[in-house]
Amino acid sequence: MSAIELPLPVRGRYFTRGVKILTAIAGVGIAVYIYRLLFGIGAATNLNDQYPWGLWIAVDVASGVALAAGGFTTAALVEIFHKDKYHALTRPALLTAMLGYTFVVIGLLADLGRYYNVWHPMLPSMWQGNSVLFEVGICVMIYLTVLYIEFAPIAFERFKGRVNLPGKLSFLNRAAESFLSLSERTLKKTLFLFIIAGVVLSCLHQSSLGTLMVIAPTKMHPLWYTSVSPLLFLLSAIMVGFPMVIFESLLASRSFKMKPELGILSSLARYIPIFLGIYLAAKIIDLTIRDVWPYLFEFSTRSVIYILEITLGVIVPMIMLLNDRIRNSVSGLLTAATLVVLGVVANRINVFLVAYQPLYADKPYFPHVLEIIVTLGLISALVLVYRFIVMNFPVVSVHPNGRERHRVSSINVDRTSEKV
Amino acid sequence: MKGNRRDFLKLSAASAVALIPAAAEASADRKSADFDDVFGVLVDTAVCVGCRKCEWACDNSNSLSDQPLNSFEDKSVFASRRRPTDQRYTVVNQIEPADNNEKKNYIKLQCMHCNDPACVSACIVGALKKEPEGPVSYDAWKCIGCRYCMVACPFQIPAYEYDNALDPEVRKCTFCLDKLRKGEKPACVAICPNEALTFGKRGDLIKMAHSRIALNPDRYIDHIYGQREVGGTSWMYLAPVDFSRTDLPKLPDKPIPQATEPIQHGIFKGFIPPLALYGLLGLAMYSLRQRKQNGDSDDERH
Ligand code: SF4
Ligand code: SF4
Ligand code: SF4
Repeated sequence: MSAIELPLPVRGRYFTRGVKILTAIAGVGIAVYIYRLLFGIGAATNLNDQYPWGLWIAVDVASGVALAAGGFTTAALVEIFHKDKYHALTRPALLTAMLGYTFVVIGLLADLGRYYNVWHPMLPSMWQGNSVLFEVGICVMIYLTVLYIEFAPIAFERFKGRVNLPGKLSFLNRAAESFLSLSERTLKKTLFLFIIAGVVLSCLHQSSLGTLMVIAPTKMHPLWYTSVSPLLFLLSAIMVGFPMVIFESLLASRSFKMKPELGILSSLARYIPIFLGIYLAAKIIDLTIRDVWPYLFEFSTRSVIYILEITLGVIVPMIMLLNDRIRNSVSGLLTAATLVVLGVVANRINVFLVAYQPLYADKPYFPHVLEIIVTLGLISALVLVYRFIVMNFPVVSVHPNGRERHRVSSINVDRTSEKV
Repeated sequence: MKGNRRDFLKLSAASAVALIPAAAEASADRKSADFDDVFGVLVDTAVCVGCRKCEWACDNSNSLSDQPLNSFEDKSVFASRRRPTDQRYTVVNQIEPADNNEKKNYIKLQCMHCNDPACVSACIVGALKKEPEGPVSYDAWKCIGCRYCMVACPFQIPAYEYDNALDPEVRKCTFCLDKLRKGEKPACVAICPNEALTFGKRGDLIKMAHSRIALNPDRYIDHIYGQREVGGTSWMYLAPVDFSRTDLPKLPDKPIPQATEPIQHGIFKGFIPPLALYGLLGLAMYSLRQRKQNGDSDDERH
C-alpha cells in the first residue's frame, strides 16, 4: 500500500438539496415496491405471458450487475496486477460493487413471483446444473458474500479502538475490541484468496448473464442473438468497469466539492479504448461470421437502435479517450465515461427487451409507470446509502498534506475550504 | 504465511495445466433418447370440428372454471386467435380459411410436452420436470417465480398468475399426469366426439400419422408437426393446410437446450475452467508481486 493515501470518512452535511430530492424519489419507490409485494406483479407492471421479463430484469438486474463491474476490474488491476497508483480507487469501487449487487438482489426480489423462495437454488436438492439462471444466481450469491467479506476490513477500521458500548454493556468493550483486531488480522492474511475469488466469480456470472437469452433462438432479433453472447457480455462488463469508477469518482468529488483526482483517472482512462476496441472487434467479427450485416442496413427500428448502441456507446467514447486533451479534461472524461456506461445499459436493455420478439404479442411491451418508479427509487436509494457510507466509513482516500501534493492529483483535503 | 503461499502456488500451476484438456474436449452432447415409448397425443386438425368440448373438459378436470358445457358452443371466440392462459390450459382456434370455399379447420393448442423441453432446461430450481411417462410436470412448491421458463419455451406456452400476489404459479397443460398414472386418458382426449385427438405411445402415433397421410394424400400435407420440431414433442399434429397458416410456429429440428447447455457445461466442465482461472490469477498476483518487491516495478512508466 503506498504511503500517501489515507482513506477517511468524508466530512460534510448529509442533506443537500439534491439529496433531499433523491430521498423523495427513494421514498416513493419504496412505497411502490411495497405496493407490488401486496398486490402482485400484475398490479405494478405491464408484464404478461408474452413478455415475462421487463424493465426490472433488464435494468435493475442485468444493467446493475454490469455496472458493478468496477469492483472486480479495479480489484484485478490493483491487487492482482499490482498497479499500486490506482490503490485509492479500490475502496470506492468495492463499495459500489457491494451496494450494486445488494440492490440487484432487492430489485430481483420485486420481480420474483415467489420472492420468499429466493433461497431455493441454494438447496442441493434443487440444484439444476443445466439452467443458466441457476449459475448466475449461485455466482451472484457467493460473490455478494465475498464483497461483504472484502468490505469487512473497512468496517473494522472504522470501529477499531472506538468500541464504546453504552452502560451495562461496556464490560464487553475489551472483548469486542480483541475480536475486531483478531478478525482483522485473520482477514488481512486471507483477503487475497477472496479477491481472486471475486474476480473469478465475476467473470463467470458476467458471462453467464449473456447466455440467458441464448435459450430463445427463435424469439431474438438476429443482430443480438449470438452464441458468443456470453463472451460479449464479459467483454462489455470489463470495458464498463473503469468508466464506471471514473464516472462515480467525478460525480462524488463534484457532490462533496473536492478536487477531482484527474491525474489518476485520466491515466486509468487510457486502458478504456483498448477494452472498447476489443469489444468492438468481437462484435464486428460476430456480425461477419453470422453473416447478419444485411439486418444492420435494413434501417428498421431495431437496426437503428443497434447502430446507435455501438456508435454512441463504443465508437464515440473510444475516439474521445484516444485524444489526450479530452482525456485530461474533467468534462471530456466525464462525457466519455458516461457514454460507455449508458452504452452498456442500452446493450442490456436491447438484449433483454428490444431484441426479444415473442411469437404472439399483440402490442410491444413498454414499462408501466410503477415499474419505472421502482427502478428510479432503487437507484436513488443506492446513491443515498453510498453517500452515507462514504461519510461514515474510511472509503475515499484523502491526501495527508493535500496542498503541497496537488500536483500528484490526490484529493484536496483542505477541509477548511469545504463549503458543503 | 509463506507455506500458504507456496501451496497456493502449486495449486495454481496444477489447475492452469488442467485448463488445457478441458478446453480441448467439447462438452458432452446429451444422448438423444428414444421417445417412442412415452405417451403422446396426435391432433388431427382435419377431423376437428371446433366443438370446444376439450376446453370444457380441461377446465373441468383441472378445476379452472365451472362454466357449463353449453357455454362452450359459442363460436364467436373464433374471431380472435386465442392463447392458452393461466385460467385455461387449452384453447381451440380456427385456422383462417384461405377463401370462403375452404372447409373450416380448427386447431387445439396446449403445452407440447417436448422431448427435450426448453422450459425444463431453463428452470433454476428444477420445478419443471420431464416425467418418464412423457408429460412435463410443474412443482409450484419449488418455483421461485422467475419466469425464465416462459422466456425459454419456443411455443410460448407457460402462462403466469400475474394477479396473484401471494403464491402465483406457472400454469400450463399438465397432460393430465394423474389420470395417465391411473391408466386413464387425458380429459380432453376422452371427451372428443370426433376422435380428432388420439392418445397413445408416441412411436405408434407417428406410424398412425404416416398411414393417415398415405391413405389420404389429398387430405393432409405431408408433415407431422412435432415429430422433429425442437427435437420432437409428445403432442403432434396433422393438418390439411400448411402449418405456417396455423398458430404453430416454424421451428428448427435442433432441441432448444442445445443452444445453451453446451456453453454452460463448457464453462463449468468439472469446475476446471473456473479453478484454472483462479490459479492463473493467483500466479499473476504472486509473480508480479515478487517482481515488484525486487524493485522491478513498471509503475513508473505511467
Ligand atoms: S411446449 Fe413449452 S412449456 Fe411445454 S414442454 Fe415444451 S418448452 Fe415446456
Ligand atoms: S418461474 Fe418457476 S418454473 Fe419457471 S423457471 Fe422460474 S422457478 Fe422454474
Ligand atoms: S391433457 Fe389434460 S391438462 Fe392438457 S389440455 Fe388435455 S385436459 Fe387439459
